[in-house]
Amino acid sequence: MTSYMPPSERVWWKTPIGRDEVLWIGIALVWCLVMFFMMPYWHIYGKQNLSNEAYQTNAIQFQAKVDAMVAAHQVREEAHIPVVRPPAGSDVYMLGRLWQWYPILELEKGQSYRLHLSSMDWQHGFSLQPVNINLQVVPGYEMVLTVEPDQAGEYSVVCNEYCGIGHHMMLGKIYVTEN
Amino acid sequence: MARFRICPDSGFYFDRSAESLIKVNAVAAAVSLLFAGIMALGVILTRWQDVHLLPADRFYQALTLHGINALIFWIIFFEIAILYFASSTLLRCRLAAPRWAWLGFVLMVAGAVLNNIAVLRGRSSVMMTSYAPMQAEPSFYLGLIVFAVGALIGCFVFLGTLVIARDEKTYEGSIPLVTFGALTACIIAVFTIASGAIILIPTWLWSIGYINHIDAAMYRLIWWGLGHSSQQINVAAHVSVWYLIAGVLFGARPMSEKVSRTAFLLYILFLQLASAHHILVDPGISSEWKVFNTSYAMYLAVLASMIHGLTVPGSVEVAQRRKGLTKGMFEWLRKAPWGNPVFSGFFLSLVIFGFIGGITGVVMGTEQINLIIHNTIYVPAHFHATVAVGTTLAFMALTYLLIPVLFRRELFLPGIAKLQPYVFSAGMTLMILFMLGAGTLGVSRRHWDMAFTGSLLSFEYPGTAYVMMAVAGIGGVLGVVGGAMYLVVTVGSLLFGRKKDPEAGLLQSFGFPMSSGRYGVARAEPLPMAPRLSVEEHGSAGFEAPGTFVLAMTLLVAFVIYYFVNWDYLSSVWPLR
Repeated sequence: MTSYMPPSERVWWKTPIGRDEVLWIGIALVWCLVMFFMMPYWHIYGKQNLSNEAYQTNAIQFQAKVDAMVAAHQVREEAHIPVVRPPAGSDVYMLGRLWQWYPILELEKGQSYRLHLSSMDWQHGFSLQPVNINLQVVPGYEMVLTVEPDQAGEYSVVCNEYCGIGHHMMLGKIYVTEN
Repeated sequence: MARFRICPDSGFYFDRSAESLIKVNAVAAAVSLLFAGIMALGVILTRWQDVHLLPADRFYQALTLHGINALIFWIIFFEIAILYFASSTLLRCRLAAPRWAWLGFVLMVAGAVLNNIAVLRGRSSVMMTSYAPMQAEPSFYLGLIVFAVGALIGCFVFLGTLVIARDEKTYEGSIPLVTFGALTACIIAVFTIASGAIILIPTWLWSIGYINHIDAAMYRLIWWGLGHSSQQINVAAHVSVWYLIAGVLFGARPMSEKVSRTAFLLYILFLQLASAHHILVDPGISSEWKVFNTSYAMYLAVLASMIHGLTVPGSVEVAQRRKGLTKGMFEWLRKAPWGNPVFSGFFLSLVIFGFIGGITGVVMGTEQINLIIHNTIYVPAHFHATVAVGTTLAFMALTYLLIPVLFRRELFLPGIAKLQPYVFSAGMTLMILFMLGAGTLGVSRRHWDMAFTGSLLSFEYPGTAYVMMAVAGIGGVLGVVGGAMYLVVTVGSLLFGRKKDPEAGLLQSFGFPMSSGRYGVARAEPLPMAPRLSVEEHGSAGFEAPGTFVLAMTLLVAFVIYYFVNWDYLSSVWPLR
């Protein structure tokens, strides 16, 4: 008379369902629909949506774009890494490689930038702290998203995809300055 | 021909070869769990920043070993045991092709050993996910492939046994719900293993130099067809175990066969697609695809879990109310056998899986919310609630049930067994909650040093994050103690437990059959249909299980609040588009 015996009714799919079960299934289904509508809703009204823009690339191509930006807009150097201050609204590049985010970016608060991310070698994780925005950075792919820093300060990019023995040393920086 | 033994305590029919196979698979599972548990200690004591036990290379090696042994070997060995139990034992049927089943077992052991040796040699610390283009030794991939082939053979032995049972009419009517759930797990397993083959075989060929490039994004997409789907095998399997335990302990029957089976069917149809939630912040995948997969597909599977969340405890409530425990909403639960580890393990597994694992899983599987969670330590917190507590604790509870019945031994140190589910789930819950908190503060998963020692640049997490990781460390150690208690009881029972049958010797504990005289039943009585019950009303307000309904509504309220709290948190981060 239990769940490990065959059902007591041969035609078990025609037995009536209890009231609590019907009610619960109804409530759960409505909740699932609410959760479904939240995602399209956020695409329309929310401010944090990941872009769908991405391109296939390779390490040489992407490195060339990064180098061009560094050559044009470097303002200083920090820990032997160039600090780049690209014009507001422009395309900015950051690459991940073993074990560094390159270069350091200096952005203006309230301005939007098209941020391009890619990896030179293995997979890396772009984890912007303490904001806590996390993106997967995959070699061979260039992800482009528009960011709009809304507070001035010093931000760090932690690598949060395991990338070998020096993974814990892989940090990057983004400065956001008042305009 | 001698074939079956009838357990005098439970009435279960054990086919001679099925019995041995269930035992050896369960023992191999326990060995994997032991290894996984030792590695867990290394991992958690390193993430606890004040202790910081292991050097970086050992940490990543231990983490790889922990992940693979806990998530794959422990669970799949145990699941093969469950498949044989749910087919041969529950249906009173001889096991199909026992020689093939043994071959499957040997392949699984060989694959597990090969893979573990590869990691132990030190050049394959690539984590369970082994994301290309990071490369492991060829034997790492080969071990997984060989293991998967063995598991696939096990799945087909299970399916073959169902065919024989039907053919030889060993049961009346339809297969029991528990077997139906096991069939669900098996079907998902076949899909999972196929995904694994599609990605791991080329990756293996790449590691030995026959293929020169594995696309990293493609690897992630297909690998998660293996990585997440394998966790859906677990869900289907442990929900079946819940129903089984409810049935054995309380004589519980499903509130509605139709509802529970439909819920399992939803798993088969939709859980696979939900694997998409692992690649929500990957480049090159469109929002439409992500939303489709993680809502339409995933939420129908979530619906199924929410249904089981009501019907499993509901079936216990209905059974308890029939026995006269009808006072108020919760007398049925208060007077449940909380001192029996089979019950406490089952119930804690159910509650923690639903309240913590379920809710966090759906929240982080939301396309936009994943931005603030992806690859933080929130993620392992979530799947420790689902797999380490949900699945593992359910399997532990089932072990306590099987030791007297299958191994014919009494529990060794029953006092320890009684406490074990509480210690394990308390430790794990503490660890999980504080890892969730640390993840919200941005602490990364799979990371040796949250202080970034040696980096050219510096970043400091808030002090709270360190405190949270320390508390998580304490919880994790307590969890390992709980796991060790389980192994002491089970291994102790197999070695020293009082024999319930004089023939249940040491060799029998590890898979040897008893003398042929013990298997005196050549053909089992066909398994009858469950007796009909007279229609009676035991609940209140027309509800069969009002107490469970209240619990389910509590879950829903917690779910709704937590879900919108996370949207609120998301709205505070930098605008992105």
